[in-house]
Amino acid sequence: MSGSRRFIGLLLVAVAVVVALLVPVLNLTLGGLLPGPLNSPGSLNLLALMLLAGATAISLDLVFGYTGLLSLGHGVHFGVGCYSAVLFANTASIGFGAGVLLAMLTTLVIAFVGNACALKLTGFGFAMASLALVQLLAIFVERGYWGSGGEVGLTYDSGVLPGNFTGLANSRNIYWLAAGTLMLIYVLARLAVATEAGSVWQAIRDNPLRAQVLGVPVYGYRLAAATFGSFLAGVCGIAYSVVMSGANPGVVALTYSLGLILMVVLGGRGLLWGAMLGGLLYTYLDLRLAALSTLSGVEDLPGVLRIPLTQPQFILGAVFVLVILFLPGGLASALSRRGGSKNGPGSGRTAVLVNRLRKAPSP
Amino acid sequence: MNDLILISVSALGLASLYFVLASGLSLIFGLMRVLSFAHGCFLTVSAYAAWVVMQAIGTASTAGLFVGAVAATATGAVIALITELLVIRPLAGRELEQLLATVGISIATVALLSGIWGSDQHLLEVPEWLRSTTAVLGAEIPNVRLVLIAAAVLVLIAIELLLSRTRYGLIIRAGVENREMVTALGIDVRRSFTLVFTLGGVLAGLGGALTAVFYRGVTPYLGDDLLIFAFIVLIVGGLGSIRGAAIAAVGLAMAQSLTDFYVDMGAGEIVIVALMLLTLLIRPQGILGQKGRLV
Repeated sequence: MSGSRRFIGLLLVAVAVVVALLVPVLNLTLGGLLPGPLNSPGSLNLLALMLLAGATAISLDLVFGYTGLLSLGHGVHFGVGCYSAVLFANTASIGFGAGVLLAMLTTLVIAFVGNACALKLTGFGFAMASLALVQLLAIFVERGYWGSGGEVGLTYDSGVLPGNFTGLANSRNIYWLAAGTLMLIYVLARLAVATEAGSVWQAIRDNPLRAQVLGVPVYGYRLAAATFGSFLAGVCGIAYSVVMSGANPGVVALTYSLGLILMVVLGGRGLLWGAMLGGLLYTYLDLRLAALSTLSGVEDLPGVLRIPLTQPQFILGAVFVLVILFLPGGLASALSRRGGSKNGPGSGRTAVLVNRLRKAPSP
Repeated sequence: MNDLILISVSALGLASLYFVLASGLSLIFGLMRVLSFAHGCFLTVSAYAAWVVMQAIGTASTAGLFVGAVAATATGAVIALITELLVIRPLAGRELEQLLATVGISIATVALLSGIWGSDQHLLEVPEWLRSTTAVLGAEIPNVRLVLIAAAVLVLIAIELLLSRTRYGLIIRAGVENREMVTALGIDVRRSFTLVFTLGGVLAGLGGALTAVFYRGVTPYLGDDLLIFAFIVLIVGGLGSIRGAAIAAVGLAMAQSLTDFYVDMGAGEIVIVALMLLTLLIRPQGILGQKGRLV
């Protein structure tokens, strides 16, 4: 990348960060795009959910986009973070602060153990194992085991959440929490993929066999990537529980995990900002499309046109199939010359492996 | 004792549903290496087709039921054929993209169905005799379960005959063993792909009619709920193995029903998901699958 392009990129990021942080103090009305003015509680809540989805999509991109592991059950880690935070915090002797720390520890342990088992398998085997994990959690939650509240879900008991994060008046704090989470996750993920380990992940994704032959401990690198990505999803889950003031069974349903895959592929797998874009857009359309279509006179259309337009999941599913067929790199590849997985195998990453091999003491 | 017989035979009914869905998935995966998430929505759309047709006929009669089943099977075949030609074939050789595309199709179809007919259950009128029971060894077995078992046995025999007695069956079996070799011998595998995918659609369609009758109603989530169980049957039985799927369907449905009855309603699901995880870790190729298949 040339110096000027790098500068423009940094400038864009800086502007985006400043705008994102200023949102709650701007009293703008954006037509019918948002449920109210930009700084109304409804809009801020929608934006917070979008930002968290962007962060969660980044965490999946580390596992799926960068390391090539198709996790169909990434939501299990999000769900563990979300539920354990509420359960720990509601326990009188623990409280919120310690509860969040314990929830992080729980997701880390489950991320490590779950992936250590699932990664004994590769390809479809790993996909199916991750699907089984999220399905197990979904059944436990649905049945209300471990005090998970069944179909109703859980809420933080009154007085548990810090006062700054409850009530409509504090919507802006909740928004800033979500924005902060996204920035934190993006920076952590960025740092991780910039390391040598990050390059090895991509080399494994492009050709696991070649990496193996070059002497890379593939299992260990995969486990590190999957544990890191899963743990970050757990952190997003904890933030989500604060935004929603509780946990709901929707986040452990298989459809939620599949939705995360849709976000990453729509946005552009193998690029962090692509996955983030996918998460923002997916969540916006999912939550806002139905309302948008009533605004713009869709109600007068004949049923053949109106019904599909009022079903966000139909549009998202259909667009997803079209993107896979015609835009394999996702939206990111349409927006930049450097597409997600269009990089093709090996560009520079095998060199990293070869260098590693040269540096390593010969046996 | 009566309890045990009742549960066992009922479990066989459940196993039949699992098997009809899993057998199609197994054929498709065996030959094409595509794990089709769209299979569940094929079943759901077909179930709706059966419901619409039987609704139009009006009175619940055996003939109406039969027409509904035929309509469901035809619907399953047609949507599977269209899906194969428009989505699966253009993505040939890219198995991950094929899997992802079927996920998208499934999500879109379920949303479309709930958009058109709502997400609540629509009741299905079935003939009187399907609602009554038959005494088997002193236990009163619902007739609908016996119908399911008969259908599954017929499906198993039909697939076995197709695979062992026809030229296409030979190509499919050879393709499951070694797809590259079949291609190298100059056989157009693409046509077999279309055939197998459509055949899977036929089975999903039949499964749709059976499921609609079994639950006496249709919802947009019918197929997706069953699809998970079909995946479990597929993994435990061994990917690509029809007989393995049959054995796994019976074993898993038994384990599920017995646990549900004797331990806790709903604990059965946990048991079979756990069994799938165990299978993956201990014997990744499944009961009758070949080693190295699952990579």
